[in-house]
Parts: sequence; structure tokens; C-alpha cells
Amino acid sequence: MQPNTMSANLQLNEEGKLKHFLSIEGFSREMLTEILDTAASFAGMSEQQVKKVPLLRGKTITNLFFENSTRTRTTFELAATRLSADVLNINIATSATSKGESLLDTIRNLEAMHVDMFVVRHAISGAAHFIAENCAQHISVINAGDGRHAHPTQAMLDMFTIRQHKHDFDNLKVAIIGDILHSRVARSQIQALNILGAKEVRVIAPKTLLPAQVERLGVKAYHNMEQGLDDIDVIIMLRLQKERMNSALLPSESEYFKCFGLSAHKVKLAKPDAIVMHPGPINRGVEIESSVADGPQSVILQQVSNGIAVRMAIMSMAMQSSGVNQ
Amino acid sequence: MTITTQDIPALLDTLETELRQAIASRQLHNPLMIGIHSGGVWIAERLHQRLNLAEPLGVLDISFYRDDFSQIGMNPKIKTSQLPSHVEGRDIILVDDVFYTGRTVRAALNEIFDYGRPNQVLLAVLIERDGRQIPLRPDCCGRQVTLQPGQRIKLTGPEPLSIDIKTIEHAA
Repeated sequence: MQPNTMSANLQLNEEGKLKHFLSIEGFSREMLTEILDTAASFAGMSEQQVKKVPLLRGKTITNLFFENSTRTRTTFELAATRLSADVLNINIATSATSKGESLLDTIRNLEAMHVDMFVVRHAISGAAHFIAENCAQHISVINAGDGRHAHPTQAMLDMFTIRQHKHDFDNLKVAIIGDILHSRVARSQIQALNILGAKEVRVIAPKTLLPAQVERLGVKAYHNMEQGLDDIDVIIMLRLQKERMNSALLPSESEYFKCFGLSAHKVKLAKPDAIVMHPGPINRGVEIESSVADGPQSVILQQVSNGIAVRMAIMSMAMQSSGVNQ
Repeated sequence: MTITTQDIPALLDTLETELRQAIASRQLHNPLMIGIHSGGVWIAERLHQRLNLAEPLGVLDISFYRDDFSQIGMNPKIKTSQLPSHVEGRDIILVDDVFYTGRTVRAALNEIFDYGRPNQVLLAVLIERDGRQIPLRPDCCGRQVTLQPGQRIKLTGPEPLSIDIKTIEHAA
């Protein structure tokens, strides 16, 4: 296989079109808006009787999930299927990597099977980037979440959902609440909101769940909900990532809910038309009260639906730059 | 040039006459008219009114079905197609503004057949120009024209409808 010879920004090809989607970082407002506009074209398809178009017919997309995920993998699979691509789901638990084969050897073998796109989820930050740097030139790589680093497609579907309800980002105040420290979703959301021109991005969390010098990410940090939710248009709750916590960062789940959980009472601290979001899966009664998760201001299930359209947009844009019919 | 904006009313008259004849001879029953976005929709709106069709006009954006996707890429401003849910067994009048290579009509037929198997499809275009590349052609047209090498014809609208003919350098 030939090494990659792309432009300085790994994510764009020489014509400035989307090639890989590894991180929100480095993209222009125009490119992110183009992704959102393209997703809007696909969004209506879910209502149609035939939920399928032939754009990626003949292409093979491989879901390489080294970390468990149901929602993300399923929406990627549905997105690829609706674009008429063939989809391979590699079961890592029974794949050769669990028998000692290196990641690159796995990639080489899949390349030899003429795969056109890798959708990668990995517990190690930078894994998708590493694959993009080392795979054959015609292959596109989409990051479906890597370590604490990035989850760019989740961020884009969140931006899409926000735009559906708030129309533009210029006057928007957004609060991201919870486990910012471990959250690749939060990092990507913050980058996307800043690039798209949100007026203010706040993070609300106990100090133990905030990265050091978090303000450098372009946010204002708050440690209590009463101050942080004041005048907010969009409330984004995060999942408590217990699997990534290897030290006692929280006193107890009940105390966490008391201080940083979203109750109906706390929603009223934000603007009356504020929307409530959560990337899922939800820990009810820990991050968010059921009456809020299922309430009129919640757009959580819309986020799931929008995930398909946004992933269709990203996949088709990445494939167009590699030449669909080549 | 043999065709100008001033000719549009006459072209629509001719197309309407041909369509009425075709509907009668092919015995179209309660036809569903579908315009191809965008110029085809403008023509279809006028024909739909003239023929006083009962079924609402359908709209087709064939962007997701184009065979030149890898060359021209994705248009981020695609309009979602609006067809009735039941196409199976229907008589359809497909309308476009200019028939050229036939690839747009091929894409449109592919999309229509994804909604169901129509009984028959009748193709009506305002202008049929030379340059066919695949074995498809209209059943009814306002006028056939032959352009000079490098010339392109485009309908602009919706109000007023206008015909724009350009000469593109280095074009085949």
C-alpha cells in the first residue's frame, strides 16, 4: 500500500475537501456549516417510505469498534446502509487484534479486502488519527470516538440539533454540565461551538471533573448550577463516565445529582425556551431527572435521529473527495 | 439561434398540445405529474395548471441519484423530493426543462422506481437539444434544437421564465 501524501491538514485533501473526519479542531466555520447543510438534505429522508439513496453504492465501509458502543455503531451502520454502502462490522473481541495481531496488520488486511472507509472507535486518544496517517490513500477514516480526545460526529449532530431549534449560533449561550475531564464529547462540542460562533460557552462541574486551565478551551467555568444556568439557551448534560474514573472524584452519586444533576427546578434557571440535550446513554437520577429527560424541553431523542443524517453527510462528503466511482 | 425567451409561451402551447394527445393515446388514468428540480418544476407548475390535474404536483431532486457525484461532489442545498407515498401502479408524467444527455432523466427514473413501480411514465420537456448519451428520449417536447459546439442552454425562473444560451470556451 502506498503511504498517504495529503496536504498539511490531514483531514482535507489537496482540493480542500473533506477526506477524513478525525477532530473538529482545524476546520473552518464554512466547512462545519457545509456539513450541517448537507445533513439537512438527508434529514428529510427518514420520513420517506424509501429511506435509501444510491450515493455510495459499491463502497465498503468497515466499523472498527475497539470500544463498546451500541448507539453510535448502529447510527453509523444505518447511515452507511441508507447511502447504499456495504457495511462490515468487525467484532474486535473475536478479531485477530485480540490474538496479538498489530493494529496496522489488521488495517493492512482490511485494505487487501478493498475497504473504502474505516469508522473507528478506540479507547486510546489518537488511534483514528494514526490509522488515517497509515492507511492507503483511497481510504477515508471517520473518528467515532477516541479516548478522551474527540468525538466529532457526536459534536456535529449536537450542533445540527441546536441549529434546528435555535437557527443560528451568534447569540447563543450554551452550558455543558458534568464530567468535562473525561469527556471527548465535551471537547469536540466546545471546539464546534467556538468555531460556529456561539456567543458564550460555559462548563459547569465540580473542580475534580474539570481539566486544568479549562478556560484555555474557550469556555467560562462555573462550579454551581444556579450561576451557570442563568440566561442559558442550550443545556448539554454529560454522562458520568464511571469506567474512566480510577480515583475517587465524586463523593457519591446522590450528592452529585443534588449539586450537578438536572432537575425540573434547575431547568427553570435557564431561559424559558432552553433546550435540554444529552449524548446518551443517560444515567437517570444521576445526571438528569426522568421528568426532564422525557419532558417538553428535551431534544435527546432528536439527537439520536439527527445522528443518522449527520453521519450520512460526513460519509458522503468524505467519499466524494476520494472519488466514488474510481 | 433558433430559440429565444420570447418563444416560451409558444413552446408551452406546443408541449401542452402534445401532452394532451399523449395522455389520450396512452390512456393515462389520473396521472401524477412530477417536475425535476428546479427548471422542470417551473415548467411542470404551468402544465399542471393548464391540464387541470387533480393530483398535487410532485417534486424530484435527483442530486442523490446523479451518476457524476464523484466529479461534481455534493450540493449542500439539496431539496428533499416530495412524492406521494403511493407511486406503485400510477401513471406518471415526468417533466424537465431541457433534455440533453438523458442522464438526469435516468437518475429521476431510478428515484421514482425506489418509491414503487409505476404503470407507465411519460416524459415531457420544454426543449430537447442534441447530445443524447444514453438510449432515452422524451415523449413530448416544445421544440427540438441543435446547438453549436460549446453552446449551453439553460432555463432561468421561476418568474419570469427565461432562456439563456451561453457559449463556453473549450467545451466539446
